[in-house]
Amino acid sequence: MRVAEAWRVALDALRANRLRSLLTMLGVVIGVAAVVALVAIGTGTKRQIESQVEGLGSNLLIVVPGRLEAGSAPSVSTMSLDDVDAVSRVVGDRSRVAVTIASGETARAGSRTAFVSMQGVLETTPTVFVRRLDRGAYLTRSDVSTARRVAVLGAGVAGQLFGDRDPIGRQITIGGVRFRVIGTFEPLGQSLGVDRDSEVHIPVTAAQRLLGTDRIDGLAIRAPDRDRIDTLGADIVGTLTERHPDTDFSAVTQQQILGVLGDILGVLTGVLAAIAGISLLVGGVGVSNIMLVSVRERTREIGLRKAVGARPRDIGVQFLLEAVLLTTLGGVLGMALGITAALLVDRLSPVPAAVTWWSLALAFGVSAAVGIIFGVLPAQRAGRLDPVVALRTE
Amino acid sequence: MTAAIVADDISRTYELDGVTVPALRGVSLSVAAGDYLAIVGTSGSGKSTLMHLLGGLDRPTAGTLLIGGRDVSTLSPPEMARLRNEVIGFVFQSFHLLPRTTARDNVALPLVYRGTGRRERRERAAELLARVGLAHRIDHRPNQMSGGEQQRVAIARALVTGPSVLLADEPTGNLDSATGESVLTLLESLVADGVAIVLVTHDRDVAARAHRRIEMRDGLIV
Repeated sequence: MRVAEAWRVALDALRANRLRSLLTMLGVVIGVAAVVALVAIGTGTKRQIESQVEGLGSNLLIVVPGRLEAGSAPSVSTMSLDDVDAVSRVVGDRSRVAVTIASGETARAGSRTAFVSMQGVLETTPTVFVRRLDRGAYLTRSDVSTARRVAVLGAGVAGQLFGDRDPIGRQITIGGVRFRVIGTFEPLGQSLGVDRDSEVHIPVTAAQRLLGTDRIDGLAIRAPDRDRIDTLGADIVGTLTERHPDTDFSAVTQQQILGVLGDILGVLTGVLAAIAGISLLVGGVGVSNIMLVSVRERTREIGLRKAVGARPRDIGVQFLLEAVLLTTLGGVLGMALGITAALLVDRLSPVPAAVTWWSLALAFGVSAAVGIIFGVLPAQRAGRLDPVVALRTE
Repeated sequence: MTAAIVADDISRTYELDGVTVPALRGVSLSVAAGDYLAIVGTSGSGKSTLMHLLGGLDRPTAGTLLIGGRDVSTLSPPEMARLRNEVIGFVFQSFHLLPRTTARDNVALPLVYRGTGRRERRERAAELLARVGLAHRIDHRPNQMSGGEQQRVAIARALVTGPSVLLADEPTGNLDSATGESVLTLLESLVADGVAIVLVTHDRDVAARAHRRIEMRDGLIV
């Protein structure tokens, strides 16, 4: 029997039982749709995180105490502003070095309060990271050197404490200390799960005085070029280790952070796809079941076809094609459903979703494979039917 | 000219729960072109088993059976299928037409398994339907046709491959006497064209019309 003929016969058989064919397909439709949609959500999330990490600034090198290894406990920082001067000499440009000492505090303005992430920083922060001001001005070098009590508010904090009023020149209180607002940031939203609009930037020196310490939490350097970023990181770690022989330091690049996050998200996406794949498997079992029923129902037809010259292979191919047709049609419908679901999620919810070609190709391939795998048993059974017995069946 | 089917002392036994049940116990006969043979017997006499063997649907457990000059004991299932396709045409009591399939496509079915192209299949099927007097029913489905018409479609299907032997199992069993008569007349007209007809029936009036009669009882020719 020619293949084109076999396809027509298979299609006719599916048409003859439209409702049953549709219901049988449904398992595959849902499985494929779930794979496509979940992989799209995983991919979308990964891309969003990548853009957030890249949005921090380019060629960033973040220096923190401790080893960046799985299982190692976070270390208490021993770094001070003297270390920053030493690192600046290694970098060769003080404006490329930023520091932070962060603490969660409650800020007050009149009767209003806001929970803020207080960040003690250098005046270099906007040039190292990407931060744009909405109003006023950022901290200056003299603000830092004189530990002046001035603050730049995140958009969220400004809204909470001052509403629609212009906060510039007004007073806020953090930990009982008064600060004068000199600027506000443009809204930035969340990045990597942290609300960047709840930050309040004050001179690092003022923050140290407020917190009663001379330490800083960490350093960030904007490397002059991407090629030398690893060498620079090694030099900085070397300098810091020389100054603090008892402490380990680590320098991480955005590429390394993305690598780690990408691995985690890759595993998550894989797990989601695998769970969805299970429903595809269940759909395949359904196809197998219905094909076995179909073989039994059409025993007489099989007997007749054999009597007029169909070989066992012809009958087997006919039923196998029927199963494959069921699952691939289900696969195509599932892809359409999955793409629609992904687009809706992307449009209507905060979760990003991006449909990828490879997930479509994979879903289609898997649904065809499911048809073959789960169609083989019924097809073999049909092919091996004894024509005498088959013809006698009523 | 060699006979289309030669059976030499063939037997067929079945194993049922470890007990060997003989259905056919040493039958010899031959069918040649232009033969018109009736096999009669009550149910359980072995006539259906004999027909299945002669048609290449089954194989004897003992004896030699040649169909189209080939010893069926040496043939694989695909080779048997080819033999059925080329040498034998079947007509059944209950027609065995594919539902939801037009008369033309039912008739063309055996040619599908021969690998004949679609256009040629359609032309051949149309010719055969005209020959059995159903040119006007070519696009009708079985449920749109009378029993007599359905059996004529089945006969056209049996003839479409140009077989040497047409095996008819109670071809008039589901038809009223007038329709049955016209179906028999059609079958008999084929004998003149050199097709051998083997008629399996329990109806003695039908059997009486054949040129040769074989009566079966308890798996033997009597």
